[in-house]
Amino acid sequence: MLTFILKRLLIAIPVLLILIVGTFVLMYTAPGSPFATERGIPPAVLANLEAQYGLDQPFIVQIWRYIVGIVTEFDFGPSFIYRDQDVNDLIGQGFPVTLTYGVWSFLVAVLVGGTLGILAAVRHNTWLDYLAVGISIGAQVLPNFVLAPILVLVFTLWLGWLPGGGWQGGQWEYVILPVIALSTSFMASIARISRASMLEVLTSNFIRTARAKGLPMRRVIFRHALKPALLPVISYLGPAFVGMITGSVVIDIYFSTGGIGQFFVASALNRDYGVMMGITVLLGALTVLFNLVVDILYAWIDPKIRY
Amino acid sequence: MLATKAIADDLAGAAPIKGRSLWADARARFFRNKAAVAGLFVLVCVAAFALFGPLIATWNYEDIDWTVLGNVAEAGRPSLENGHWFGTDALGRDLFARTAQGTQVSLMVGIVGALISVIVGTFYGAVAGYFGGRIDGVMMRVVDVLMSIPYMFVLILLLVVFGRSMLMLFIGIGLVSWLDMARIARGQTLTLRNKEFVEAAVATGVGPFTIIRRHIVPNLLGVVIVYATLLVPSMIIYESFISFLGLGVQEPLTSWGALINDGAAEMNNGTLWMLLVPLFFFVITLFGFFFVGDGLRDALDPKDR
Amino acid sequence: MALLDVTDLSVSFDTPDGQVHAVNGMSLTLDPGDSLAIVGESGSGKTQLAFGILGLLAKNGTSRGSVKFNGQEILNLPEAQLNKIRANEIAMIFQDPMTSLNPYMRVGEQMAEVLMLHQGTSKRDALEDSAKMLDAVRIPDARSRLRMYPHEFSGGMRQRIMAAMALLCRPKLLIADEPTTALDVTVQNQIMELMADIQRDFGTALILITHDLGIVAGTCAETLVMYGGQVMEHGTTDDVFEAPSHPYTLGLLKAVPRLDVPQDALQTIPGDPPDLTALPPGCPFSPRCPLSHEPCKRTMPPLEAFGSGRFRACHAPREDVA
Repeated sequence: MLTFILKRLLIAIPVLLILIVGTFVLMYTAPGSPFATERGIPPAVLANLEAQYGLDQPFIVQIWRYIVGIVTEFDFGPSFIYRDQDVNDLIGQGFPVTLTYGVWSFLVAVLVGGTLGILAAVRHNTWLDYLAVGISIGAQVLPNFVLAPILVLVFTLWLGWLPGGGWQGGQWEYVILPVIALSTSFMASIARISRASMLEVLTSNFIRTARAKGLPMRRVIFRHALKPALLPVISYLGPAFVGMITGSVVIDIYFSTGGIGQFFVASALNRDYGVMMGITVLLGALTVLFNLVVDILYAWIDPKIRY
Repeated sequence: MLATKAIADDLAGAAPIKGRSLWADARARFFRNKAAVAGLFVLVCVAAFALFGPLIATWNYEDIDWTVLGNVAEAGRPSLENGHWFGTDALGRDLFARTAQGTQVSLMVGIVGALISVIVGTFYGAVAGYFGGRIDGVMMRVVDVLMSIPYMFVLILLLVVFGRSMLMLFIGIGLVSWLDMARIARGQTLTLRNKEFVEAAVATGVGPFTIIRRHIVPNLLGVVIVYATLLVPSMIIYESFISFLGLGVQEPLTSWGALINDGAAEMNNGTLWMLLVPLFFFVITLFGFFFVGDGLRDALDPKDR
Repeated sequence: MALLDVTDLSVSFDTPDGQVHAVNGMSLTLDPGDSLAIVGESGSGKTQLAFGILGLLAKNGTSRGSVKFNGQEILNLPEAQLNKIRANEIAMIFQDPMTSLNPYMRVGEQMAEVLMLHQGTSKRDALEDSAKMLDAVRIPDARSRLRMYPHEFSGGMRQRIMAAMALLCRPKLLIADEPTTALDVTVQNQIMELMADIQRDFGTALILITHDLGIVAGTCAETLVMYGGQVMEHGTTDDVFEAPSHPYTLGLLKAVPRLDVPQDALQTIPGDPPDLTALPPGCPFSPRCPLSHEPCKRTMPPLEAFGSGRFRACHAPREDVA
């Protein structure tokens, strides 16, 4: 198991490097100076500015400094627009917020979705099953940026139960709508995947063996069927994580929660290359790490994976 | 009545058993699926709206109706009298024309994006699966690596760096979403590769790329079509997502995502139609594609139930 | 009293293509310690007969008739009561050992849970007994194998594990559904020997379901030939093999390749197994039967006793079957 983890870590390192280099090259090839948007800067000042950020150095030196900065000091570089801020400041502000509603959304999606899917499969062709299928079909057409306005319309404008935006240090009433908006479509996907896989597992030969052994249905499901039924769900966690990170941008914009996504969109609209690059690299690294965890989880559950 | 039935039965019994092609069989199964047929009908209606909507609209999608400006909540309501059948947006532009135009953009992005990703993904997957071994290992490793990158951020990066244009949107969305297709195509190719007809082609000295083009890809078609149908809505969602953030199509052009965003921003002002109209089109179209996709899957792959 | 008494058992399935009648009015009895082979082509309903007896039918299946075990009616019993009988009184071995064990659980756990459930054994004792049973089915180094997963065993080994698991509670009846079909020929012989040994050593009654007449002869005292979900012929194995009284049995026997008789081509029974959604009103074998005549198409011949304890269901005179 340990060698497996080490091997996976070794694969993750080049992936991260590719990500950093790719993003950097993209930024480097971007037409014009990152400061060109600010009007009326004399060439001398511009050159000075570029020297200050090290942009006058050869490409190889620039990228080397950037990678070293990330690896040794966890420094994701400066903002090119706001002189007094660097990416780490923005991450420090936004990340706790993103993490809070992100973790909640993830838990809700996995726990509610998984339970719903498994129950629907066990109670195949009952009202519970139809409800689960209905929810998962409905949620397919309600991605977060569609659901968010609908939620605000209903719960804020019509019912007046919950605030339609803001964060207030993460008080619960400010967290609920973002979590629902972000988690619903993933919850539906997980419900669909776990239902389908549970239905398939329940028709497999080893479940028949378990029944022939006289095990009560509860034990057949929990001890024999659950693990294999959850494997496809675990494979889906990686893409779900990427999807949630992406969705967090919408949440931050729509609910003004002040998470990382807000800074990303602001920097995209400002053409603030430093911040965009920093956030992309950070989220990419998080994704790679998360996938690593998922791989290990999968290998731990499935004895057939050789390591 | 009974007599004719008996004759019909006789005929049915006497008629030689006619071979039904795979596709005819699939078509019959598809049209038996009510949800899929309803979905197809909805899609045809939406497409017709996108094509002919601008022609019958009484207003141009970029013209501002100065008579309603300043009093949109009252004068901009959907009405038959002033020709704003779906009302106007916050700037007094006709929502019917704008929705029709946005539908064009969204459908186009969806279809072109899906097409790009299907073409790239199918060939990539077919090549990886056909050659197998080390080539396959490296090619699929690349896919794994790309999959673990938050593509939407990269896409936004691309849009910012290379400028926001429709072309960039098409290419970008298509290029970030071929990965799943590549995996599916590879998996199918792996099983096809060992089939007799491929071995026969290899034995007669047909080149690998000709085999992929003539023997592998046509056999992937069923899976590809099903997946493409399900890909279109996700392309539409991607585009809407980007436009929702204000990073997609640019004014005065619009798309569902941009319209939903605009409508959502005006929600407090009693002009709900601005949100509900594009939302309606968005939702029914996605439903349509999902039902058609499911219907196609059941029709083309009946064992997968 | 008979150990197992099946009377007029029918099993059918609701499918989109209509009702599939897998078993149609089967009757058979089995005394304690007896061994019976049920023989027929694939699609003759033999597996569904076994599933019907143990209540293991797929969800769309229904069974009618009567199955008495030790005098108690067990057909369509509630699941909770059936669970007391399964593995404890009637155990089953399945066709495909590769997929019949849970790939995600250690072999020891899968075995031990049977004892823990039915006999309230502690986990430690259950594992101990499991190891002993693995020994008994001649799995070397049994104790350390308890911690292994099914995929670490060969097909033959897995079938031995299945057999060991089935025997843990010393059931009175063991139903083996094509236990050798998925295995290599050499392994097949080993498993059949194991079946014979089990029967002898444990005094278990055995129902062996197979399509392979070749493996029946040395194992089972009685043979029942099945077609279209019905009994074609039933008698001692020796009688059935030496003097088959039904054209279908004759066809099956001729289809077994033999080394001692020169043969030009492998004999087959022409035609296909019956369409279970639309069985003919008469004998299900009549469309393929060389002796078929008018009554065969209209009425199903009754199962009639003849000779010493033999039964046959055929309109054709016995002398014609040769």
